[in-house]
Amino acid sequence: MSATVEFTIDGKEIPAQPGQTILEAAQQAGVYIPRLCWCKGLVPHGSCRVCTVLVNGRPQAACTQPVAPGVVVENNTEKVTALRRNIIEMLFVEGNHFCMFCEKSGNCELQALAYRFGITAPKYPYLFPQRDVDASHPDVLLDRNRCILCGRCVRASRDVDGKHVFDFVGRGPHKRIAVNAAARLAETDLKVADKAVEVCPVGAILKKRVGYAVPVGQRQYDQQPIGSDIEAAPAGGR
Amino acid sequence: MSASLEATTREVCAACGRDRTRLMDIVRTLQERLGYIGGDTAAALARELGIHRVEVESMVSFYAFLSHRPQGRIVIRLCNDYLDRMLGADEVAAAFEAELGIRFGQTTPDGAITLQHVPCIGMCDQGPAALVNDVVVTELSSDAARRIVRELRKHGDPARLVTRLGDGNNAHPLVRAMVNNNIRRRGPVIFSPMVRGEAIRKALAITPAEVIRAVKTARLRGRGGAGFPTGMKWEFARAAAGEPKYVVCNADEGEPGTFKDRVILTELPDRVFAGMTIAGYAIGAAEGVLYLRGEYAYLRKYLEDVLARRRADGLLGQQICGRSDFSFDIRIQMGAGAYVCGEETALLSSCEGLRGDPKNRPPFPAQKGLFGRPTVVNNVETLACVTKILEEGPATFCELGSQGSPGTKVLSISGDCRSPGVFEVPFGIKLSEVLALAGGEDALAVQVGGASGQMVAREEFDRTICYDDLATGGSIMVFGPDRNVLEIAESFLDFFIEESCGYCTPCRVGNVLLKERLHRINAGQGESADLDYLQDLAQTVKTMSRCGLGQTSANPVLTTLKNFRVTYNALVRKRTNGLVPAFDLAAAVGAAEALVGRKSEHAHA
Ligand SMILES: Cc1cc2nc3c(=O)[nH]c(=O)nc-3n(C[C@H](O)[C@H](O)[C@H](O)COP(=O)(O)O)c2cc1C
Ligand code: SF4
Ligand code: SF4
Ligand code: FES
Repeated sequence: MSATVEFTIDGKEIPAQPGQTILEAAQQAGVYIPRLCWCKGLVPHGSCRVCTVLVNGRPQAACTQPVAPGVVVENNTEKVTALRRNIIEMLFVEGNHFCMFCEKSGNCELQALAYRFGITAPKYPYLFPQRDVDASHPDVLLDRNRCILCGRCVRASRDVDGKHVFDFVGRGPHKRIAVNAAARLAETDLKVADKAVEVCPVGAILKKRVGYAVPVGQRQYDQQPIGSDIEAAPAGGR
Repeated sequence: MSASLEATTREVCAACGRDRTRLMDIVRTLQERLGYIGGDTAAALARELGIHRVEVESMVSFYAFLSHRPQGRIVIRLCNDYLDRMLGADEVAAAFEAELGIRFGQTTPDGAITLQHVPCIGMCDQGPAALVNDVVVTELSSDAARRIVRELRKHGDPARLVTRLGDGNNAHPLVRAMVNNNIRRRGPVIFSPMVRGEAIRKALAITPAEVIRAVKTARLRGRGGAGFPTGMKWEFARAAAGEPKYVVCNADEGEPGTFKDRVILTELPDRVFAGMTIAGYAIGAAEGVLYLRGEYAYLRKYLEDVLARRRADGLLGQQICGRSDFSFDIRIQMGAGAYVCGEETALLSSCEGLRGDPKNRPPFPAQKGLFGRPTVVNNVETLACVTKILEEGPATFCELGSQGSPGTKVLSISGDCRSPGVFEVPFGIKLSEVLALAGGEDALAVQVGGASGQMVAREEFDRTICYDDLATGGSIMVFGPDRNVLEIAESFLDFFIEESCGYCTPCRVGNVLLKERLHRINAGQGESADLDYLQDLAQTVKTMSRCGLGQTSANPVLTTLKNFRVTYNALVRKRTNGLVPAFDLAAAVGAAEALVGRKSEHAHA
């Protein structure tokens, strides 16, 4: 192993290897930095901004920012938490998220973050966008109402599955997820076992015919808050 | 699918070496020939280039000037920037609609003409202005709009709309535009006489390291907005590993109220191209790219000609000035209507044939830029300064301006002033002096630095234009006593909402939310608590956004909250009866009242 880089997160010494990102180093040391677009095994995207930390006072996305010796990182402070909470609330009002009848409830990372941050109702007005549902594929449902534009499916399909089934079209508030076909998901070469199907953090890409196999109440984030696994297993959890 | 579409696509791709990174050139050409880039074209293109159709659609859907739907052979793009609307763009818009019988966003039933709005096209000192395909029409009126439509219906040739030519090189046979330079003040750096080739010869007489030292000694900082020290940027790129290296000139000039780069490119392109060549020599690059905003396409032929003449004179191309060890050439990359592409990493994405999404940093362009190679990105004016520094030496340059900000700045001044136009002034000049030069002394407020800059109130007009106080990429918008600053701030948010790339959450969503609340306040339905809400939201967008666009898009809100608090306070109300002011009880119960046939006691209390 190459020489280690030392820096601190909220006063705690964190050892890291050069070239690691702050998020990776933190995770290895048992410090959870909230994140949404980051996904193990995919290139970092830096789009959700939930992982933002203050590095020597400057905001940086922990999932893309490389470690540097001696830097002082703020993660779990009042100021950073307030900013992150605002970002999570933005994601809720931007889409149409009705957790009470979403199949992802309890396994959804957005919902789990809201619980972890104690968000019961967003302070921002709901934007209620008009978005399309694509139920054409025999095994996979694409419900854009719940898409948070994290790009995980895009990266997984392109870099892991080698297919490029998904990509973004439009810009600004008109940005949305599109499929590699004239119209519908059924016309693509997406398979239900693809990485792209598995990585969606919310209920936008769902497998058909497996709904409610695990009852609500017994699901991953019903058991313990998101991030607890990382905090419980220092030096592991990578 | 039609065989001709297939053949056209093949031909256009072949002309670009079937190079995926040339996708911008390919789709621009295809759109010229086919009118739009539909699904069939995207699929044909994807096959030809060995990529996926959704990649083509992703790219095409990013740029305002590219269309995936059929549109008219002629597209009229009317600027609806606030400044143009101050000059009457709304009446012009109404005249276009009436004469064409369509609304904005629509195409005439015969498929001839499409009507669209565009943000600032860099003609704010001669608005209202529009683009008719590539042709710029300025100083429009309702009459002019009607005449334009009738003419186009008659001959269908936008070029024939130009009946008078502008000043300077705007009248050049390869430009032939009705655009005016309106240069009101020539300073000693940019708008000074130059001996063509002198700067390059002087640069080539010393080592690249010495060239960089000269630029550092002049303490030159970027003129594009961010103000990064130019010499340091070049040093990083020179030291960075990776070949080939690139020099990119940023001529995207999309910041509302900025039009000085257009004038510099019209009058002094040699000074800019010399600066690029010197940068190439300094960092060890053989290739340069001028990224020209799509709105300035009318300058392209002329600029190509200037490049050709430089090649003929040995100032560009192989073995420059007879030096066997230095070759450098420049190509022009057109943009296609996206303000965010002025952000340097987004600009590089665009040059690579991708969506104009900014890239994650680090790495910085000087380390890994265009195609992952060390790249210097500089503004048009910065590169023009370089030429002057090499011509006359850094000492002369440093004598101008202020201690922290040597040299001059070219300002583009527009709005409520007697002589809008371009002014080259020394750094350190007071805002009040600038206003006196342009005849805008009675301003109520001045927006310095474009939509992403600061709204400065009268009390602060003695502040100075420089990097340490009022920084600006050149935009100065003057607003007179009758203007409504909060309405202006709201219009800037409209601009950022449309121009955000949508990559990151705070900018994509936050600007929409800022606009919602500011609009509510402007409509007289705000409450005092909304001001804290706006402050917190604006701060979140500024702090959490990924690139300079989102990091500055909340400035119109933040600076008006700070400098025009009284205006806000006069608009917001206190809650009464426990109801939020935005809630109109009478309207809400109206339908029920009609149904039951009597008035609610509470709603009309
Ligand atoms: C949204 C956005 C738009 C920008 N537009 C321009 C532009 O049109 N022209 C420009 O030179 N710089 C623009 N910049 C600044 C560039 O990112 C970059 O800093 C500049 O081109 C570097 O050149 P300089 O150091 O010579 O100023 C923009 C930045 C942002 C964030
Ligand atoms: S569909 Fe899911 S994985 Fe894909 S961008 Fe949307 S939220 Fe992310
Ligand atoms: S701040 Fe984010 S969404 Fe806005 S332009 Fe930059 S990267 Fe795109
Ligand atoms: S996890 Fe870092 S920006 Fe999304």
